[in-house]
Amino acid sequence: MGMSDAKRDVAAGRLPSHQVQENFADLHPPLDRHGATVEADRCYFCHDAPCVRACPTSIDIPMFIRQISTGNPHGAAETILKQNIMGGMCARVCPTETLCEEVCVREVAEGKPVKIGHLQRYATDALFADGKQVFVRAAESGKRVAVVGGGPAGLSCGHRLAVLGHSVTVYDARKKLGGLNEYGIAAYKTVEDFAQREVAFILSLGGIEVVTGRRLGADLSLAQLRADYDAVFLGAGLGAVNGLGLEGEDLDGVVDAVDYIAELRQAKDLSVLPVGREVVVIGGGMTAIDIAVQSKLLGAQDVTIVYRRGKAQMKASGFEQDLAQTKGVKIVHFAKPARLIGEGGAVRGIEFERTRLGAGDRLEGTGENFTLSADVVFKAIGQTFVPDGLDGGVRLEGGRIAVDGEGRTSVPGIWAGGDCVAGGQDLTVAAVEDGKNAAHSIDRALRGAGA
Amino acid sequence: MTDLRNDFVGIKSPNPFWLASAPPTDKEYNVVRAFKAGWGGVVWKTLGEDPPIVNVNGPRYGAIYGADRRLLGFNNIELITDRPLDVNLREIKQVKQDWPDRAVVVSLMVPCEEGAWKKILPLVEDTGADGIELNFGCPHGMSERGMGAAVGQVPEYVEMVARWCKQNTRMPVIVKLTPNITDVRNPARAAKQGGADAVSLINTINSIVGVDLDTMAPNPATDGKGTHGGYCGPAVKPIALSMVSEIARDPATAGFPISGIGGISDWRDAAEFMALGAGNVQVCTAAMAYGFRIVEDMVEGLKTWMEEKGHARLDDFVGKAVPNMTDWQYLNLNYVVKARIDQDDCIKCGRCYIACEDTSHQAITATKDGQRHFEVIDEECVGCNLCVSVCPVENCITMERLTDGVDPRTGQPIEREYANWTTHPNNPNRVAAE
Repeated sequence: MGMSDAKRDVAAGRLPSHQVQENFADLHPPLDRHGATVEADRCYFCHDAPCVRACPTSIDIPMFIRQISTGNPHGAAETILKQNIMGGMCARVCPTETLCEEVCVREVAEGKPVKIGHLQRYATDALFADGKQVFVRAAESGKRVAVVGGGPAGLSCGHRLAVLGHSVTVYDARKKLGGLNEYGIAAYKTVEDFAQREVAFILSLGGIEVVTGRRLGADLSLAQLRADYDAVFLGAGLGAVNGLGLEGEDLDGVVDAVDYIAELRQAKDLSVLPVGREVVVIGGGMTAIDIAVQSKLLGAQDVTIVYRRGKAQMKASGFEQDLAQTKGVKIVHFAKPARLIGEGGAVRGIEFERTRLGAGDRLEGTGENFTLSADVVFKAIGQTFVPDGLDGGVRLEGGRIAVDGEGRTSVPGIWAGGDCVAGGQDLTVAAVEDGKNAAHSIDRALRGAGA
Repeated sequence: MTDLRNDFVGIKSPNPFWLASAPPTDKEYNVVRAFKAGWGGVVWKTLGEDPPIVNVNGPRYGAIYGADRRLLGFNNIELITDRPLDVNLREIKQVKQDWPDRAVVVSLMVPCEEGAWKKILPLVEDTGADGIELNFGCPHGMSERGMGAAVGQVPEYVEMVARWCKQNTRMPVIVKLTPNITDVRNPARAAKQGGADAVSLINTINSIVGVDLDTMAPNPATDGKGTHGGYCGPAVKPIALSMVSEIARDPATAGFPISGIGGISDWRDAAEFMALGAGNVQVCTAAMAYGFRIVEDMVEGLKTWMEEKGHARLDDFVGKAVPNMTDWQYLNLNYVVKARIDQDDCIKCGRCYIACEDTSHQAITATKDGQRHFEVIDEECVGCNLCVSVCPVENCITMERLTDGVDPRTGQPIEREYANWTTHPNNPNRVAAE
């Protein structure tokens, strides 16, 4: 391969600053009023609409689209937000092509669904632009709830609890709330600090206290929370990244994709981020796409995603796969990492073994290997839940917190939702629904109706 | 060879498409552009007495749009020509000389005094124009001064002025009718009675296109105030078709020439008006929305359709739909239909279901065996066509006639013989069936 002939090349400023800015502009420019009106007109206002059923938060999509078409975007936003307080972010990051838009009757009929996500963004943007509050808190219940984790699940839960009249304290390990909305998700999907604007909107309701820099198991005790609050909701997300299980994972340049994305999302100037010339991404989900595309947009010369299974098995949606390829990312299917190649303590390449689906769709190696030279190898093969601070009492299932249909854990008084629970879909919209559901369950319990 | 040549009360034009009296026909410049584009004729924008009227200096038009700003309805408060009479007359004469094969009809509106008509008619005659059209329809502005629709709403005036004109000119006289009236047959009969050669209809309908909810001003507004205008464009076509048909099938005016006007935008609209008895058609709004070139499709489209149908001349299909217009009381009550939903075409939007369930006869299912499935319940279906009307997929729902057995809704046997309300047992005034 001769990979030791050339110098390892990881550098900032591969592209001029203005080019980087341009590359990270809004992925989908927002619809203007006319565009929204025309698109809204395409909606048939279906009876018992399939799109509503496909939405994890059951947003009344035909109604909010009709409200857009009648020139009532605030009403539309209200329709959205009362089902999904993060309707703004979900409009940007939901894989709509596998949710609402997949079942739109116009997708079925003509392969061109109503652009529900874009319309949802139009409505929520209009409300945010006017800074209007649409929620009113119920009378103070006198009950206090601790929410651990200020991501989509926690904020959704906290907001709904506050609406229902309870006093909420949201704890988060990081400096800012928002969870993956703030520290994950590709930057071009949530421009202009939208995650923080959405958090500010949620908190503007009142009744939600925020304590940051506190991590469960380190400087936050579950036993203390249970003692201090009437209920606890755990929305801690996933704290660790899966390893490749190969020698050399500690080499320089072998990087957790989620860590790099968090750094990228917090960077004030993207052009100072170090980027490899040749980048290899291991994984097949949204994170793999996000890191690959962003590396390319930062100026990496060759970016290759390597996934051990085929296109159909990739967790990243078809739209995301297409986006990556449009941006110049190469996707290699059916190959698994076999060996990291280092030199002087830094990664220089990675060897893969080709795979195939054997009997019973089991993955097996073919014995045929190939090597890609790499200045940086990103690991994006999934995250795992870190059960720190659960005091051993909360039952886990498959490594994540076990919950019932209402989000109740095995411990009375403790609810959980979002990515940290078993059966989670690792989707923002699903986390929002978990939080909302749990909030209603907590409310019932605190009011003595369904405990 | 398909022949589109039109002879309307002796006025000849190469095709049946005339531009109606309106802004597009106010000047030689526009009319020449229209003739170059292929229009068969024009009715020159209405001439009046000098000094010319004045128009507002603010907006004259307002519009109703579809979602993508397709113009569906149009409204205007423009008055008759605001140019001096002699300028118009000079230009009309020039155009007619330059375009002898095209129809040039002159619209007129002067006060309801015989002297006024006697004075203007020879001036128009001198231009060589092919005919005149009496503007008894303009609903705004001029009607406040006792002209336009103010005349058209009083059949006696219509007859009187038509007679004056026939007595004072050799030119064919077309009377343009206002739709702002209870029964359009009355002024049509009056026009015929007065000796007119034809009627043209409809003129525009009294209208306000909207209200600005910020300023509380009607649209269009002049300095914050508005006045009703005249409505036209595609939205008025059904009203115009009905009025044309009323005159066409009225025994008192049957066969009386009609120039059809009202929302005609394409060849198909034109063919429909002509099928209901119009000898030719006049167009305005579509030209104002898209320019004169639309006539190319009108000519080609009509020709193609006529060839397909084997109509060699316009007369072959003019009035062909008139015998199928009747009164409600003569509709066949033994004609029983049921809606049928083509399951292959159905996209499962459920619009038919909710329309029928909420607002009509509960005759469509929403589910079948737990699955989303829309199907007609014959026991409840009255054949009303609402589901067809709201279905977004053309021909997905059709109406199927029952010809045998029993109507599952009524339990009554299907009768094949025609029978109408006049003999129905529930009709207190029924006549004995023959």
